[in-house]
Amino acid sequence: MSDVAPDMRDYRAVTREIVDISLDYPDRRGWWLCFIGALVLLLSFFASVTWLFWEGVGVWGNNIPVGWGLAIANYIWFLGIGHAGTLISAMLLLLDQHWRNSLNRFAEAMTLFAVVCAGLYPLVHLGRPWLFYWMAPYPNTMTIWPQFKSPLTWDFFAVLTYLTVSVLFWYIGIVPDLASARDRATKRRQQVFYGLAALGWLGSARHWARWRQAYRLTAAIAVPLVVSVHSEISLLFAAGPIPGWTSTVFPPYFVLGAAFSGFAVVSMIAVTMRHALGLRNLVTPRHLDLLAKLLLATGLMTAYGYWAEVFDAFYGGDPQDLKTLSDRLGGAYAFTYWGAVIANFVPLQLLWWRSVRANPALLFAIGLSVTIGMWFERYMLLVTTLYRDWLVSSWHTYHPSFWDWSLFAGMLGVFLTLFLLFVRFLPVISAFEIKEATFEEKEEGGHA
Amino acid sequence: MHEPTPDRDVFGLLAEFDKPERLLDAVRRARRAGFKRVEAYSPFPIGELAEALDFRDNRVPWLTLLGGIVGAGVGYGMQVYTNHGFPIDIGNRPLVTPPGFMLITFELTVLFAVLFSIGGMLMLNHLPRLNHPLFDIRSFHLASTDKFFLVLLSNDPKFDRERTRTFLDTLKPVRIDLVEGTEEPE
Repeated sequence: MSDVAPDMRDYRAVTREIVDISLDYPDRRGWWLCFIGALVLLLSFFASVTWLFWEGVGVWGNNIPVGWGLAIANYIWFLGIGHAGTLISAMLLLLDQHWRNSLNRFAEAMTLFAVVCAGLYPLVHLGRPWLFYWMAPYPNTMTIWPQFKSPLTWDFFAVLTYLTVSVLFWYIGIVPDLASARDRATKRRQQVFYGLAALGWLGSARHWARWRQAYRLTAAIAVPLVVSVHSEISLLFAAGPIPGWTSTVFPPYFVLGAAFSGFAVVSMIAVTMRHALGLRNLVTPRHLDLLAKLLLATGLMTAYGYWAEVFDAFYGGDPQDLKTLSDRLGGAYAFTYWGAVIANFVPLQLLWWRSVRANPALLFAIGLSVTIGMWFERYMLLVTTLYRDWLVSSWHTYHPSFWDWSLFAGMLGVFLTLFLLFVRFLPVISAFEIKEATFEEKEEGGHA
Repeated sequence: MHEPTPDRDVFGLLAEFDKPERLLDAVRRARRAGFKRVEAYSPFPIGELAEALDFRDNRVPWLTLLGGIVGAGVGYGMQVYTNHGFPIDIGNRPLVTPPGFMLITFELTVLFAVLFSIGGMLMLNHLPRLNHPLFDIRSFHLASTDKFFLVLLSNDPKFDRERTRTFLDTLKPVRIDLVEGTEEPE
């Protein structure tokens, strides 16, 4: 079965459909409206960060014992969303799933921008952010080194590696399409921009052969990298002696939750882009159906993680763990636990029906619900655990301040600004991989 | 990157085909006719094309492996070195703890493997480069859209402007162009 509409099996039509969006954007007014909205949010980012740097982290709602508030919850949320892009792109490439070709480019772009947003959070969360480079091991006059047995140092290396690998994987994946844009460009500044970005790509057979080796090897390495990065994030929690955190369930639970939230966002982006950019021939109902199935599958695995966490507390029988559990289910922040359970798993069940999976608006709504649900989960995991520690005398509730929220809105602005620039100027779908799949299906004959 | 050589005024002869199968066939026939310096261009990767050109270069996978080994060494070595350089005593636990070092070792293995892989790929492909003689051919712009090209390079011992053109004619291409040499063919 072919994944794209019949008229997209012509090589020239595919290139025209995709590359011409970058060269001559179809709906400039719509794009500008979105972009102005994103810029307003971006302004909120700069205002919040300026005020934060001026006054210090005291402008946030963080306190003792809740030293990690919205900033770290959002960090995990953004990073988790990012992981789906790598999984769709790398894992499905290795499994020779041709349908990935309509999704991988923008899913990877989502990864990049989500990782950028995630990476900014711990930086601005530092009390003295201008000393962020102290996390890196460099020879210094103080003759000290980072603490390499700490999950915080692991985190620095994991996120840095993940960002670098994601950028490179995405970039070598886009170079051949940038060459297409260079070759089709008629305006001088476009020729210069795409010409430089395409690195002089010619498409020679020898280039392609080496490119394919590097691309597939990077994909094969990227899949375990995703698992390691989010497992590592979970160790920020699980490696500490805190009831409700110190559990071996955490690494797989985090990785699956990450994939789940990311597939939700990819579904939303896919629905939006095929509508806004008229890509219905390339992102077909079959793609939405498959994304919905991935969402449903990872959602059920995440639900299993919820159950395993509860089971873990009861099975361990530690009084402090049970106390944290009861705080989650019925404490001051019970709305975050039940918010997560309901938003994550209730609308999700609609995806058992084919007619719902094929309905873009419903898929978008379910994706949005999961995105919000997973945000509740990150918030719940942090706050319900920290606000009641071992010592009753140190119990304290936590409420995000105005500046917490304004930075969150600003961070969404960072994401949207970058993503809109990507949509406007770069080929949003991998044209050459769709052509390659068409060629291979023709070669195999029969089912093309 | 090769400097332009004034003595070589021809880069090669370029034949354009409209179907990947025809390019494959042309490459095989050119190889059979004894041409050694043959290059083919396509808008997407075609596995058989590399086979037809007898391309057997596994330096990228080997470089990736090398990068992984270097990364693992650097990652682990860095942690052993810094723990000795600035020992932090945590309840008298051992200074060098392999399980605690594994995560960063793994991350740096991945980082170096990918850097070597992609860096190696670009270097072996002589990229990035700003210009190429083929960019002077108008129709070559379609090599990234839907046309397939064969080049018989001028530094092939069998290359002769007239006879090579006659040979290319027998392959029934859409068109044949003479590529002026502005740089030494690779």
